[in-house]
Amino acid sequence: MAELVPETARVTSLVLDLPGWPGHRAGQHVDVRLTAEDGYQAQRSYSIASAPEDEHVVLTVERLQDGEVSPYLVDVLRAGDELELRGPIGGYFVWEESLGGPLVLIGGGSGVVPLRSMLRHWVTTSRAVPVRLLYSSRSWNEVIYRDELVGYSAAHARAGVRFALTREWPQGFTGHTGRITRELLADVAGAPDGRPIIYVCGPTGFVEAAAEWLVELGHAPGRIRTERFGPTGS
Amino acid sequence: MSPISRGFTGRRRPADDPSRLPPGQYSERGFPVLSAGPTPHTPLDEWSFLIDGVVEAPVSWPWEEFLGLPAETVTVDIHCVTKWSKLDTTWKGVSVDTLLEGVETPAAYLTAWSDGGYTTNVALEDVTGGKAWVAYEYDGEPLEPEHGGPARLLVPHLYFWKSAKWVRGLTLTLDDEPGFWETYGYHNRGDPWLEQRYQGD
Repeated sequence: MAELVPETARVTSLVLDLPGWPGHRAGQHVDVRLTAEDGYQAQRSYSIASAPEDEHVVLTVERLQDGEVSPYLVDVLRAGDELELRGPIGGYFVWEESLGGPLVLIGGGSGVVPLRSMLRHWVTTSRAVPVRLLYSSRSWNEVIYRDELVGYSAAHARAGVRFALTREWPQGFTGHTGRITRELLADVAGAPDGRPIIYVCGPTGFVEAAAEWLVELGHAPGRIRTERFGPTGS
Repeated sequence: MSPISRGFTGRRRPADDPSRLPPGQYSERGFPVLSAGPTPHTPLDEWSFLIDGVVEAPVSWPWEEFLGLPAETVTVDIHCVTKWSKLDTTWKGVSVDTLLEGVETPAAYLTAWSDGGYTTNVALEDVTGGKAWVAYEYDGEPLEPEHGGPARLLVPHLYFWKSAKWVRGLTLTLDDEPGFWETYGYHNRGDPWLEQRYQGD
């Protein structure tokens, strides 16, 4: 563990020094394993937030209220501690330049983490491909990587970042307020003729709704890749 | 040997019988949902279940006939490769033994295939002898689409990605042909008690 970077009140990034790391692809995850002194172990999966090109591997962890592993990672772990992890894992929820675009990223809550890896990868490799991110969060203060994400639209003509805030929003907020809608998705994903490749990541209800609307709007199911993220639902 | 995580004690749940949790798993009360793409919604009047591949004659059942096959209700523990296990889940469905009754085949493997394009491979011996079902009810209710309804494969003794959601058929094969997650680095067999999560385990 090289460094801990607080992102929001409940979310922290773990910056790792990984000698011998084989490299990863944007969207992949790792398994983190914790071991107590008596040998008891707990494992969970976390998405990689950094791009393959970044100097450090970064995991971004949301502290879950009743969690077993995330409170340890966020509250107890310190720079210099050792962390056992395995990976990179997963080969489907992955974007790289050869897959082309337009690249459409739909994230809910901490589901933005693997999408941020894709965005950072896009910046260093593929700025000719249009990319659009729609990120739904409860409030402006809970938007992870806020300054970085806001900066993409300003810095890159082919990047569009939009926010949807579901619970509270600051005065003068110009994004979408309330839950995402089919119309908003239609706008962000563009015409199905454009054959965008679409990545949806978030809590189950969010992913189910977004993926279903995208299919209804005419996007090919095979072009929509999903990943559930965050607390396990019922 | 794993390094000790300084200050980590864990939050073991005393109610869980550790002998029922495979290595690296924790017990989950909810029923998490995982899938790689949108949930398909095939109308029941277009649904059928097909046994084909290296068989003398393919067999298929439309939905109403499928419901008429002898069914079993089973209570089993399920184990997802993403680390959660759910104990005592109750399902109703048709045993794979029943589906293969009278099917003449030299096959040693099969590929389960689903609406939406998902596939997964299993050895025939892992799904026969009372080890697997095509389930259409969960906890006494019709299986919900997000959990694989109208019907999903149920192979509880392997990691749950082998229990293909939205299953529409079993294609019997002579050779073992890796399915969707198996080609993306997950283990070919996936026995949770041997912690066969990824290739090389």
